[in-house]
Amino acid sequence: MRFLMTTTAGDPPDEQMMAEMGRFVAELSRAGVLLATGGLDPAGPRVTAKEGKVTLTDGPFAEAKEAIISFALLDVRSKEEAVELSKRFWQIAKNGEGAIQQVFGPE
Amino acid sequence: MTVPDVRRAVDTVWRLESARIIAGLARIVRDLDLAEDLAQDALVAALRQWPESGIPPNPGAWLMATAKHQAIDRFRRDERLQRNISQLGHELRVSQDTAVFADGPEFDAVTDDDFVPDDLLRLMFVACHPVLSTESRVALTLRLLGGLTTGEIARAFLAAEPTIAQRIVRAKRTLASEQVPFEVPPAGERAERMGSVLEVIYLIFNEGYTATAGDNWARPELCYEALRIGRMLADLSPADPEVHGLVALMELQSSRLRARLGPSGEPVPLLEQNRGSWDQLLIRRGFAALLRAERLGGPPGSYVLQAAIAACHARAPTPQETDWPRIAALYEVLTVIEPTPVVELNRAVAVAMAYGPARGLELVDELRSRGELPGYHLLPAVRGDLLARLGRPAEARGELERAAGLTRNEQERSVLLRRAAECLPRPRQ
Repeated sequence: MRFLMTTTAGDPPDEQMMAEMGRFVAELSRAGVLLATGGLDPAGPRVTAKEGKVTLTDGPFAEAKEAIISFALLDVRSKEEAVELSKRFWQIAKNGEGAIQQVFGPE
Repeated sequence: MTVPDVRRAVDTVWRLESARIIAGLARIVRDLDLAEDLAQDALVAALRQWPESGIPPNPGAWLMATAKHQAIDRFRRDERLQRNISQLGHELRVSQDTAVFADGPEFDAVTDDDFVPDDLLRLMFVACHPVLSTESRVALTLRLLGGLTTGEIARAFLAAEPTIAQRIVRAKRTLASEQVPFEVPPAGERAERMGSVLEVIYLIFNEGYTATAGDNWARPELCYEALRIGRMLADLSPADPEVHGLVALMELQSSRLRARLGPSGEPVPLLEQNRGSWDQLLIRRGFAALLRAERLGGPPGSYVLQAAIAACHARAPTPQETDWPRIAALYEVLTVIEPTPVVELNRAVAVAMAYGPARGLELVDELRSRGELPGYHLLPAVRGDLLARLGRPAEARGELERAAGLTRNEQERSVLLRRAAECLPRPRQ
């Protein structure tokens, strides 16, 4: 099962956090649990479509704190495992907000 | 926190951590059975304590520390254990000095020592030890490395739970009576022992990929379990090209799991699959693993070759663009390393695709004349297909019907019968 773990708010990383997160990411990647991960620019343009007509709005946005700032695509056996791994992530990242959502398919 | 919540959390922690915990304990107590017992006791303690105390921030370390504490207890009580394993006493005293039960930062310091990556590798070699029967190796690997319960293993293999439980008990007894050391085998034995580990992982994968019996054509959860164990092994033994070869093969084959099942669960042959639903992420992982294997150099082994063949399919945007001459050539090398009739049969298929059905049929008939693969449904299935392509529909139908009679898989049987009928509808009497 794949889960997309996203964060929308978090402490700015210090050196120790970066090192710990680096180890965590390396461990999970090697184990094949972490399929992809990355940080996102919250200022990217917003897209709205109406009847196929696209409108782009450039930032900065007042509600920027709702924007996803990082993601991790996890390959695990259950939702509980995804939650458990997210707990370990937040033990390193300390404060913040995010979500864990199942990616449908390929199962 | 409610008891069911804790139960679920404990199950999850167990699946994620049990292999490392059992491996670490087995190194210290030098006894796999005792190690598993201690780990299980720690699990029971967790179920008792976590509903009140909450789940600790590092649950794996908590379980390990608890198990070690129980090991100390048993060690104190059991003089035989003391006499037999003096080393155990030493290691436990050392770890006791570093305050096994401390909370907070020291906790991590203790557990970093406890989780030695090589322990997991040792555990794999022991679980796949040649003194055990193949089915015991499979059961023990799923149990110890996969963290599966006997019930889950039994369901995956359509076996009765007591059968699997017995198998695991007997396997552990054999390991103890044969005094199998908890170690990574010495250089001279390593290649052969690794062969056994890879074989077990691939057996698990194949059992999931082509369920040999029953109503379901595939049990993907077994494939993913094998893949997970394989990826773990590649991390533990990165200098072995065949390990990466096997991982590449499993990644590439898994990429097609979704596409090879039709709407009602029937198998869809490779060339008829919708390539758009192949999982590109797994394909990329497969290519990367294959590249790692090839970079390590040396003559390619069986898994590297099979992965290279799977990669040819993954690379082709349409079935027509498949590089069949390359696949046939890879199979030819494979028949030298692994001269089995199944490999020769696959080679015949590739040769037929590259150079025409007549050439393929020659190879199949050669196999048949040697009396190879009696009772193997894919021999008449392949022969039937080749005959159909050669415009010999009556013979083709006979072969496909024979294949249908031989397979133990219900889904496959109905596909074979449908193809037989398509060759040449039976005349109405």
